[in-house]
Amino acid sequence: MGRARKITRRVLLIGSAAVAGGVVFGYWRYKKPHDNPLLENLASGEAALTPYVRIDASGVTLITPRAEMGQGVHTTLAALLAEELDVDLGAVNVEHGPASSAYFNAAVLEEGVPFAATDTSPMAERMRRMTRVPAKFLGMQVTGGSSSIPDAYVKMRKAGAAAREVLLTAAAAKLGEDRAALGTEGGAVVSPSGRRVRYEDLAMAAASIDPPDDPPLKPRAEWRLLGHSQARVDMLPKCTGTAEFSIDVRLDNMLYATVRRNPQLGGGVLDFDAETARGMRGVRDVIALPDGAAVVASNTWYAFEAAKTIRFDWQPADYPADTDGHVSAVLSAFDGDHDSRFRDEGSVDDAFLEGADLEGEYRVPYLAHATMEPLNAVAWWRDGRLDIWAGNQLPTQAVKEGALLAGIDETQVHVHTSYLGGGFGRRAEMDFIKAAVTVAVAMEGTPVKTTWSREEDMTHDAYRPLAAARFRANVGAGAATALDLELSAPSVFESQFGRLDVPVLGPDISIVQSAWDQPYDIPNHRVTGYRVPLMLPVSSWRSVGASQNGFFHECIVDEMAHAAGKDPLDFRLDMLTDEVSRAVIEAVADLSGWGSAGSAPGQGKGLAFVLSFGVPTAEVVEVVNTPKGIRVLNVWAAVDVGTALDPANIEAQLHSGINFGLSAAIMSAVTIRDGEVEQSNFHNYDALRLPQAPQIAVRVLENGHRIRGIGEPGTPPAAPALANAIFAATGRRIRELPLKNHIRFDLA
Amino acid sequence: MKLTVNEQEYEIDVDPRMPLLWVLRDELGITGPKFGCGMALCGACTVHLDGRAVRSCVLPVAAVNAEVRTIEGLGAPDALHAVQAAWIEMQVAQCGYCQPGQIMSAAALLDATPGPSDEQIDRALSGNLCRCGTYPRIRKAVHAAAARLQSDMRNEAQNETGGESD
Repeated sequence: MGRARKITRRVLLIGSAAVAGGVVFGYWRYKKPHDNPLLENLASGEAALTPYVRIDASGVTLITPRAEMGQGVHTTLAALLAEELDVDLGAVNVEHGPASSAYFNAAVLEEGVPFAATDTSPMAERMRRMTRVPAKFLGMQVTGGSSSIPDAYVKMRKAGAAAREVLLTAAAAKLGEDRAALGTEGGAVVSPSGRRVRYEDLAMAAASIDPPDDPPLKPRAEWRLLGHSQARVDMLPKCTGTAEFSIDVRLDNMLYATVRRNPQLGGGVLDFDAETARGMRGVRDVIALPDGAAVVASNTWYAFEAAKTIRFDWQPADYPADTDGHVSAVLSAFDGDHDSRFRDEGSVDDAFLEGADLEGEYRVPYLAHATMEPLNAVAWWRDGRLDIWAGNQLPTQAVKEGALLAGIDETQVHVHTSYLGGGFGRRAEMDFIKAAVTVAVAMEGTPVKTTWSREEDMTHDAYRPLAAARFRANVGAGAATALDLELSAPSVFESQFGRLDVPVLGPDISIVQSAWDQPYDIPNHRVTGYRVPLMLPVSSWRSVGASQNGFFHECIVDEMAHAAGKDPLDFRLDMLTDEVSRAVIEAVADLSGWGSAGSAPGQGKGLAFVLSFGVPTAEVVEVVNTPKGIRVLNVWAAVDVGTALDPANIEAQLHSGINFGLSAAIMSAVTIRDGEVEQSNFHNYDALRLPQAPQIAVRVLENGHRIRGIGEPGTPPAAPALANAIFAATGRRIRELPLKNHIRFDLA
Repeated sequence: MKLTVNEQEYEIDVDPRMPLLWVLRDELGITGPKFGCGMALCGACTVHLDGRAVRSCVLPVAAVNAEVRTIEGLGAPDALHAVQAAWIEMQVAQCGYCQPGQIMSAAALLDATPGPSDEQIDRALSGNLCRCGTYPRIRKAVHAAAARLQSDMRNEAQNETGGESD
């Protein structure tokens, strides 16, 4: 019948330029969905080359084609390959590899379907599978959405296993021994008679053997690496100053540039005067950009100093000139047509005929990503070839943008993805790469590193949206009876995909992400999203829509619990419909001693539970209200990732997500004045520092039905758990972030 | 202008107002110290001047009157300083960009204060921002490094005593 015909692509390359003289083992299997006519075209147009394992005389190299921005992805992806290939992580090289649509992320769009993560119905699962078709069509090698591990979990183990199979076959021929009797360990094939052949000595013979379509995988009980904490493969270079970020790339005869772009974002430049700059020490050239100018010099500091002297005549931006105007736009969207209403249960309008027990409005500000490494990229344009070195989350797009700017074929663009000095979503944007390429094209023949000042970086971000929530709620007899939640924000999808020139139709699920889909059963329950026309560019900021909606939703649930006279933890458990989530909340209760001995005077604990990116995450924050202000003492967190591949790294990601979320909740806001972002550096856009950082304890559960990523889910519950703790400690309900605008914090 | 970095002497010809950071990075190719803010706000550029932690991004090179040590001079991958070894033991780094600065601040602290309290650690490292929020492991690693250094010192002392008695 061929109804579910399997399309298999297996590719081995020997000595091709693409693999620099090594041998590549690739593996990709695509199960054709039943009824999608697009797929034939897609499949016929695919060169499904997925090289993950390279072996040459110098040893084994594992390709980990996702951006290492701190989340430990290179270590865990390498462990997936190494587990099946039977090599030791400490004995192999690990590298990001080239930009290629063969490394497309099949899982990144799954979160975009209008089904809750807890919905495992056939329809929901089918829709998730179908997102792999546009994912493959777009061919986007993207790191984000906590999707690297769900995408790689089977794929990369299969790639390791397929490579091992052909190595075994090659060894059997070489040794003249029965293949079935051979085994592998530590990067070698071993025979019962004690003979041992290194993979390096088998690779060329193995390359001529067809790998199996669907090699068996080790059962979990046999895992040596997975399920156990690994020493990170990037730890030694990162602790010795030898890790290379793109800002550290050095090429012969390289020059150094910086940019100044219109601080009224999206506006062009009418004219500029760079005469002073051109005469300054070290300056080699000044280059016009569509929205500003770049200075090229022999040293980044010379470029910075010269750029300051350029006088610009900027075009104004077409968004409101001050923060109030942006807030008004967000609030007035509530009066328009809605963008989505994925949840509408019971009869919400009837439930509020006699008014509401609770109602109110919540707000959050725009936020900057503020990665520690300011935006930068190196580009070198010569002889019809463009090389780009950039820490980036979307290398296939960097290829496209580079080709467009240089006017060449994409095959002539080579993207080298270095370590990222933080990403958080910012390095999925292309602006810093385009600026560097524009400079390099103007400086043909000379490699140029273009580094943004911190001020340029902070004032030219694509921000986390300013957003608002309105709600009405009723409680009765100690339980929630009705919740009407309305959420308004500019569309991240529209803004971000618009910049990538990928049209996105239909509602933007990120506007209601982690609000509509929470596993709570409330008899009358409606969640409505409103889309605000774009103003400042907005983009994915660690946890995307969950970053604001977690705060809105979980503070509102806390308000409802108190109005119902119930303990906030019991109140949630009573309306929870998902057993995996229940176990997470019970775990954090246990970990934090919730409900045991009362808090000391001025102390309080707050709870929040947010299911984001498929990960149920519960956090308890404990604060104390001192004469100097609020201090965060402790955070306890429990998560369920389905399968925990590297427990210590999951813990680290929770430390990170929690501190990231607390920082924003306490102190971060991007505001607008005269059309420009007011925050420029860490003195007015700071984050938690060591003295303010709380103790954090983590528990990781594995009850979930599928494996999940953990780069983002730690962030959303941090803000509401903190706000709820402040309520517990002080009786003050704060409905707007950042909290320090409303209550004093001890930030000494 | 002469400059000594990691026990090597360099002759440089730059604007004397150029911050030390940019001499190290763009003139000398010593890229361990990182650019983060340019205003001594984040600590990513921290280096040692006569053993003291300073922010190289705001220090004019003409004002450098002592030997400079960067993370590269603190220890090497095959010869780690105790602080680096502790950082690896505790698996501190995530994106890793701020860590050279954190490590240099911690090393300067432990040089002056061999057994610091949490409060002293907090104070010494408060100028070093980490957007990945690695702080829980930083705190642990500083204590671990202190223990390593003290045990090294005890061993050295014992060896010296042993040498004399021979």
